[in-house]
This record gives sequence, structure tokens and C-alpha cells, in this order.
Amino acid sequence: MKRIRSRSLSDRIGSFVRDWSVPRQIAGQSSATKAAESSLSRGLRPRLEEADTVGTNICPYCAVGCSQLMYAKNGRVIHVEGDPRSPINQGTLCPKGAATLGLMTMPDRLDKVLYRAPHSDQWEEKPMDWAMDRIAHLTKRTRDETFVHKLPDGTIVNHTLGVGSLGGATLDNEENYLIKKLFSGGLGMVWIENQARV
Amino acid sequence: MPSLGATYGRGAATLAQWDLANSDFILVMGSNMAENHPIAFRFVMHAKEKGATVVHADPRFTRTSALADIHAPLRAGTDIAFLGGIIRYILENDLWFKEYAMEYTNIATIISPDYQGPDELDGVFSGWDEDSKSYVLDSWQYEGMKVPSSLAEHHATTTESFDETSKSTSEGPPPQDRTLQHPNCVYQIMKRHYARYTPEMVERVTGCRADTFLKVCEAMTRNSGRDRTGAICYAVGWTHHSTGVQMIRGAGIIQALLGNVGRPGGGVLALRGHTSIQGSTDIPTLYDMLPGYLQQPHAYRKHKDFDQYLETEQTPTGWWHNFPKYAVSLLKAWYGDHAAKSNGFGYEWLPKIVGDHSQLPMTMAMRDGVIRGMFFLGQNPAIGGSNSKLVQAGLAKLDWMVVRDCADTETASFWKDGHLVRDGDMRPEDIGTEVFLMPGSLAGEKDGTFTNTHRLLQWHDKVVDGPGESQSELWFIYHLGLRLKDLYAGSEKERDKPMLNLTWTYPEMGPDRDPSAEAVLKEINGYTWADRKQLTGISDIKDDGSTACGCWIYSGVFPQDDHNQSRSRRADGPEGPGTHLGWGFAWPENRRTLCNRASADPEGKPWSEKKRLIWWDEENESWTGHDSVDFPKDKAPGFDPDWSSHPTGMDALDGRSPYIMIADGKAALFAPSGMKDGPLPAHYEPLESPVHNAVYPRQSNPVAKRWEEPDNQLAKPGDPRFPYAFTTYRLTEHHSGGTPTRSVPVTAELQPEGFAEIPTELARELGIGNTDWIVISTLRGEIETRALVTDRMQPFRLAEGRVVHQVGMPWHFGWKGYATGDVANVLTSVVGDPNTSMHENKALVCNVRPGRLTRGAPTRGDG
Ligand code: SF4
Repeated sequence: MKRIRSRSLSDRIGSFVRDWSVPRQIAGQSSATKAAESSLSRGLRPRLEEADTVGTNICPYCAVGCSQLMYAKNGRVIHVEGDPRSPINQGTLCPKGAATLGLMTMPDRLDKVLYRAPHSDQWEEKPMDWAMDRIAHLTKRTRDETFVHKLPDGTIVNHTLGVGSLGGATLDNEENYLIKKLFSGGLGMVWIENQARV
Repeated sequence: MPSLGATYGRGAATLAQWDLANSDFILVMGSNMAENHPIAFRFVMHAKEKGATVVHADPRFTRTSALADIHAPLRAGTDIAFLGGIIRYILENDLWFKEYAMEYTNIATIISPDYQGPDELDGVFSGWDEDSKSYVLDSWQYEGMKVPSSLAEHHATTTESFDETSKSTSEGPPPQDRTLQHPNCVYQIMKRHYARYTPEMVERVTGCRADTFLKVCEAMTRNSGRDRTGAICYAVGWTHHSTGVQMIRGAGIIQALLGNVGRPGGGVLALRGHTSIQGSTDIPTLYDMLPGYLQQPHAYRKHKDFDQYLETEQTPTGWWHNFPKYAVSLLKAWYGDHAAKSNGFGYEWLPKIVGDHSQLPMTMAMRDGVIRGMFFLGQNPAIGGSNSKLVQAGLAKLDWMVVRDCADTETASFWKDGHLVRDGDMRPEDIGTEVFLMPGSLAGEKDGTFTNTHRLLQWHDKVVDGPGESQSELWFIYHLGLRLKDLYAGSEKERDKPMLNLTWTYPEMGPDRDPSAEAVLKEINGYTWADRKQLTGISDIKDDGSTACGCWIYSGVFPQDDHNQSRSRRADGPEGPGTHLGWGFAWPENRRTLCNRASADPEGKPWSEKKRLIWWDEENESWTGHDSVDFPKDKAPGFDPDWSSHPTGMDALDGRSPYIMIADGKAALFAPSGMKDGPLPAHYEPLESPVHNAVYPRQSNPVAKRWEEPDNQLAKPGDPRFPYAFTTYRLTEHHSGGTPTRSVPVTAELQPEGFAEIPTELARELGIGNTDWIVISTLRGEIETRALVTDRMQPFRLAEGRVVHQVGMPWHFGWKGYATGDVANVLTSVVGDPNTSMHENKALVCNVRPGRLTRGAPTRGDG
């Protein structure tokens, strides 16, 4: 924290009087604009002024579906606020929606692949490509070992009970579509579930 | 949501959230809306400002109660007793909306003479089979007629002899007695069934005082009719019960009787939890359905080949007669050129389910070693799954698991610091699970659509790249698919055909080769196979293989190559109709209010000037109004089917049938099929209850799903070791399993630590002070937390002066992030509603003692 330089008493009284809003309001200045100015506020600039990009987002938390305006600068989000155009939230957000920027930039945000080998007691970092190859390999192996083409009575089932998937309610429709398409339509997985039942 | 599906034909909210501002009465029940859907609650407050009466019926006094006109406290799990009481009040006092209900519901329909209710059969309905613990539905059907359900599972489980003698819904209108005198017409059956749900009984069972209950009934009935409408809002406070589906059915019946559905400010609003939980039900990452509520093929049903599947699932009458179009076009989207008429469009490649593969049995299948590999895509079952210790034991049995999330989760790290390790049951060295924890990107870092709680699809932009190596699920699944296609390339095996034949070409963008979300949405919307022209809507979908469509109910969201309606952001101005048809896209066909044909009277005129929505334009012979019409546009109100021609599909529905997804076009007050636990809601106690059922000799839902095993035991009714009712709930500042809020400094600061609320009276009895440590125990486990001693939790005074105390606990907490606390789901059990396999974490029994846990002590079964 920067130390605040101590100033003389008369200096402080002088700047207090200059910044004091009430006399200026009495003199007819608006409390929302001119009379609200102070020596501090004159130096402030809106954060949004620096944004080089703005996009429309939808709140990632609950299903009310509040719209957000998301501002970014140099590829980093700098501000998220309620979209005033939305007939759902009309510019407002609840404490969760208002935490969206905090969510995107939280200190614990995961940004690399962590791997825990069987029986290990620690995480290790791994390259994405390696992990993707290994997951594809394991998926194929478990599917192939557990795949059932026909039941004993001859009914074709084309399924595996050996691989499952959980999750989807926080994801995009397009993502759910590809998950269901690949896992069910391609691999024959039947244990496919999401948060709809929790 | 099969409850609304069975009642109104579609399992989704019937009205838009903003439409609540037009309500004259709002009942919030099974929801703490002010805290958990705060922004939607603004519309409740708008209505209140305009004079609407707001009621909150809930076990706890919350901010919702504080803002309501009436708070009706009721013991957790007794909602059907309360709702049944309202139905009785409406019928006994003749306060139902007759012109509406006579035409638009099945109130006059005659049910099989073999039907008997639980009042006659010691608490079960006719058709009960004690051995299989299930119902055969012959006796619930319309007299002499077999009625298919509008749910994914269309057929009723009826016996073969019944099938032979019954006629189909296209052979004539349902049998009716419009004088309502026939002893087996729905009206008379309901009157008998609900006769015992008197205000005194309501008080005895729920603990809500009769005078408070009557105030609710009075306000509700006063605010319905031609000029007035009421809405009911519910959330997981209803679904999380072994009778959850029937609770929602109760609301569905009330709203149909009062004539509220399909009208401005009226209906049932399902308030759902996650941002796109509606979307992930419509395009289901669920085991039992294919996109658009088509049934996943089942090995033990008549689903052997495509013809048999279609024959079983296509209803003779109503909108679902179009079923083959949607099934064929889905297969075309998935298997492309490999899907041809000659091979049943590749139907055989779809996996068939063999039973219940939902999350609860999934938990068991992991523990039992049946499931060997798991993907967890943004879900954290170590916190959110019932019986957390059992869940974690299952994780330890897996060969491998992939967790994709924005931060480390309790599920991903179970082997390191989970309960197994903490309680000394296992060491990390003993756990053989190979774990991949992969960084996922968030909205704002990827583009795509979410579907909100009122069926509204809204596009979100990619504004920035996610941090480091994070990727979207779209990227992950797409690239996993490409790798798998490579691995299977060249295989000649029959079983590998689905993987090889799956269409998997999407345009890639950028250095990371991101698949285009727009291209996926275009496939979901559907296009013509030959020349790739976007379908303009549902009516373009064909059953001959000429169209591909990934999810028929979403058709119309991307009607032209350059028109993505989910991106549209044109809200109505203050002078506009307020349906906001230019904002996003609501399925189906941009309809904001479902069943909105019912907003006009049988002749097609608005019920009143004030409650206009759509109406019949005599001159142009078409329906018109402020919303997209949820009815055939040119079907005149006076239309009657020509039964001599055996009409099918929509031709069999008259011009007064707003519920087009139902086989007879009428709201099902009495549900002849679709429900596994009864055609009418009946009160059963939760599977764990401090008291005996006062309404019927059957204690609990006889069809409820149970997995009673040593690590998942249930306390017997009235077990003195567990004298208190226990319920779980959510907080404004945290989200579900907690990962996206407990690790975020601002939200963690607002709610920094776990706690349980206990009534002042009980705290005094047990010598517990505010913020003291307490231990809560059930037959599944014990947890420690801080006591929040409060008058918001009031004891319930039931029959014979019996007092039941209730303890409540938020379930978000875990050991990761800044805001931590013990895991409420250690206490809950794996049990489920028979229709949905939804758990019962809203109502169980527990014990409470002051003090802390000694880790490593035995925690199970020794009470
Ligand atoms: S801002 Fe709050 S109410 Fe709105 S969608 Fe987000 S979490 Fe839900």
C-alpha cells in the first residue's frame, strides 16, 4: 500500500471546501453530475473507455438467462455488466451473475492439464496432446472390452455399459449435441446423464 | 419433467418469466425464488406492485416469504397433501373455471370401470402388482380406449388382453359425460379421491394451520377466471422428492381446473437451476431420450427394428403422430449417407438401454465396478451426488476418469483429500484410478447457445480466449471424436460401424482448430440433405430421408444460412405487446406461451380484453395475436374431426384442443398414462419420515426407487434415533456443487462458510448456541458444521400435539476453494422418484448433537 503524504491543515480544509458538494447543489448544480465532481473524481475515467471489444454474454450460473455485456481489452475481460436491453434482466444481475468476471479470472482457474497416475499421491502437468491421445485410447479400450452387440436372446443392443458420462447442464446446446452424438450415436454409451436429476 | 409432459403435453415452463408481471396471483412453492432466481423474482414483485397476491408455501421462512403476502409453512415432503387440499377446495366449492375446463381438459371423460383409487385400496391404485412393485395401467385408461402418453415413453404398460379389446384414439372421441354425473368420469373420481384432503387433514399432515391454508385457497380461486390469471412457480423443492413428479402434477391439475394455462400471467413456471439445464434436457445428455424428447431405444420394449420402434412410438392422434419425421431426420443428421430407408436409417446403430441408467444407479454401477471409465463434464458429484461417500467409493473403483472444469473439484481430487482418505478407509496408494483434470473454458471464452428456464435460446459470443490451455467442450468432444475415428479407421467389425458412419465434419477455426458452433447449431436446426438448405421450421422436416435435423423442437432457430435467431436482440418497447418475439428464440417455433390456443374461449375470442393473447380472426380464417401460435394456424374453433374417416394426427383433434401434444388434445387432469405411480397425485410420506402417513395406510410411494444396501440404509418411519426432519437448500451467493462460486473471492466472501439452520426451540433443548459446532448424523454418515440458530425454522405441530423439528442445510459446500464446509450429501441417500429417478434430498431424517466429529470414528449404521 502506498503511504498517503501528509498535508498541511489549511491545504486539507481548502480542498474539502472545494470538493464539498452541498454548497454547489444549493447553487443549483445537479447532484448527479456537476455537483458530484471532486478533485478525485476528475481524475477518474470509466473502465469501459479502455475496452477494445464488447460482446453479448449470457450469465453462466442459473437458468433465468440474464444477458450480460462483456468488455475486453487486449484479449482480457475487464468488465461484465447486465445488458440493459434484455427483457429478462433489464441491466441487472444478482450476486452470482455479478461475479462472472471474478469467475473468469479467479486465482484457482485451471489453465493446464493435470494428471494423476494410478496409485500416485500427486498431480503432474501433462501436454494436452498427450492427454487427448491417452483418453481416446482408454475410451476405445474400455469400449472394446465391454461392448455388447447382441443380447443372448438375439436382440441387437450395440451398447457399452463400461463407460459413462456425467454433466451437461452448464454447457452449450451445441456441446450437449456433440456429446450425445459421439457418446451415444458413435460409441454406444448408455450411462449418459447430467444435472437434470440433481 | 414428465409431470408437465403428462398433464399439458410438454415438459417445460408454460410461460415466460417476464409474463409473471401480468399475474393476479402467484404461488411460489418448492422454491425460494427471491434467493435462488432473484432476477426472475423481480417480475413477481412487479405483479405485486400492481396488486397481485403473492403466496410462499415452504418449510422455511426465507426472503421469498418475507416479500410474500402470505407465508404458508409446511413440513418438507407434504406438498401433495397441501395441493390435494386446494383441489378439494376448488371442487367442493365449485370454483373451477367451467367453460375452460369442460372444453380444454379431460374432466368429463369416463375412465375404465375397473379403476379404483387409493381411498378404496388401502393406499394403492388399481393395477398394483406387489411382486414387481409396479402398476399395470389397464384400469387407468379411458373406458374402452387406449391412450398413449405424450412423453418420450409413449405406450402405456397395459396387458395384451386389454390391448386387443381397446380401440385407438383415432376411432372416435373419448367417452364423455358432459353432465359430470357418471361415477367414473374424471370429475367424480377427483371428487372422491380428494374428499379426504380437508383443511383439517392438511393441518394434520403438513403442520400448516387450516386458516392459513384456507386463505391461500381463497386468494387463489378469487384470482382466476375470464379476467384474472394466476401462476405457480416451482423449483427443485418439488422435484427432489420420491413423490416429486406428482407434486408438479398437483400444480398442473390446479392450473388446468382454474383455467390458467396458456393465458397471459397464467401457467406453471419451472425454475431450473443451471444455465442450460433446459437445453441439456431438450438435447439430452440423458440416458433415456434422444434430442427433442424422442425415446432412446430400449432392449425390452417393442423397439427391435426401426419399423417396430416407429409403430410403438408414433401416436395415432395428436402432434406426436409426426414422430417418424423427427426420428428419421435425426438419424440422417447422425449417420448421413449411411442412413437410408433400406437400413432403417441406421437405427440399429443407436445403443439400446436395458434399464435405468440415470445418475443414482450410475453411482451404484461405479461402486460395483460395472462402469470402468467416466467423463465428468462440468459436474461435481462428490458434492452434488446423493450419498457422497458412496459416490467417492465408486470413483475409487474406476480405471480412469476425465474431469473437465474451470477449477480443481472435489470429484477430481477425491483420491487426495476426499472422505475415503480423510476417514482413513483408503490411502492414495490404494486407489488405482487414473485421473485427467482438464481446463474447461467458460461462456465468453467460447460461443454457443444456452436455453433458459422458459425455453429461450440465447446466443453468447466468444469475447476472449480462455486462460492457458483451456478449451471448450465442443473442442474436446470434436477432437476426441476425430481421434476415435482414426483409431477405428479400417475396422470391418459390425460393432464399429456407428463410430465409422457418424457424420463428423465441422468447419474448423483458428490455430486451435475450434469447431464452429454455428455449424453445429445449423445441424441442430436442420437442413435439406441434398442441397444443404436450412429448414425454416418444424413443418419442413420430412420422414423420407431428404432432411437432416439434430433436434426437431429447435428447428427454426437458424432458418437461413445467415440468420441465427438466437442472436437476435430486439426486445419490445414499452408500447409493444411484451412477448418479445424478436429477442432470442423460444422452442417450439418461437412460441412464448405454450398451449396459447387456451387464451381464447372455445369460440376463439379472448376470454377478456385484459387477458388477450391470441384469437381467431374470422375474416382471414386464421389464428393471430401477440404470440407465435401454438396451434394449427388455420384450424377453426368450430372444427370437429370426421370420425368415419379414422382421422390421424392433428386431424383427430377438434378446434378446441389447445394441448396438441396430448393424444386427445385436452389437459390431463387424470393421467391415463405416462405416470408410473398413479393417475392422480396422492400423499405419501418421504421414504424417511419422522411420522406415519395420516392419509393412507401406505407409508411411502410404493413405486419409489430404492437401493437399500449396507452403505445406503434408510431409517424406518418414526425411528427414535433420528427424530428430526432434515432438508437441503441453496444460497444466492453459491451455485450448486460450488466450484464456480466457492473459488471466486467475491462470492466466497459473501457466504464464507457452511452452516445448518436449527430452530431456536430445538437449540435450547439440545444446549446449542448460535455458531456452535454441531454434528448431524443419518444412517449414511455424519458431518460437522456450525449451527445457525433461527426462528426462521419453526417447529411443526402435527396431529395429537406431536412437534416435529426441522433442520436445514445448504448443500454447496466442500473442501475446495475459499468458502468451505462439510458436505451435506454425506447425509443423503440413493433413493428416487419412480418417474424420473430424482433423489429425495429435500426430506430425510437426522439426529443433531453439539460438538465436533472425531475423524476416523465409525460413522455408519450405529446410530
Ligand atoms: S444473474 Fe443471477 S438470476 Fe440472472 S442468470 Fe445469473 S445467476 Fe441467474
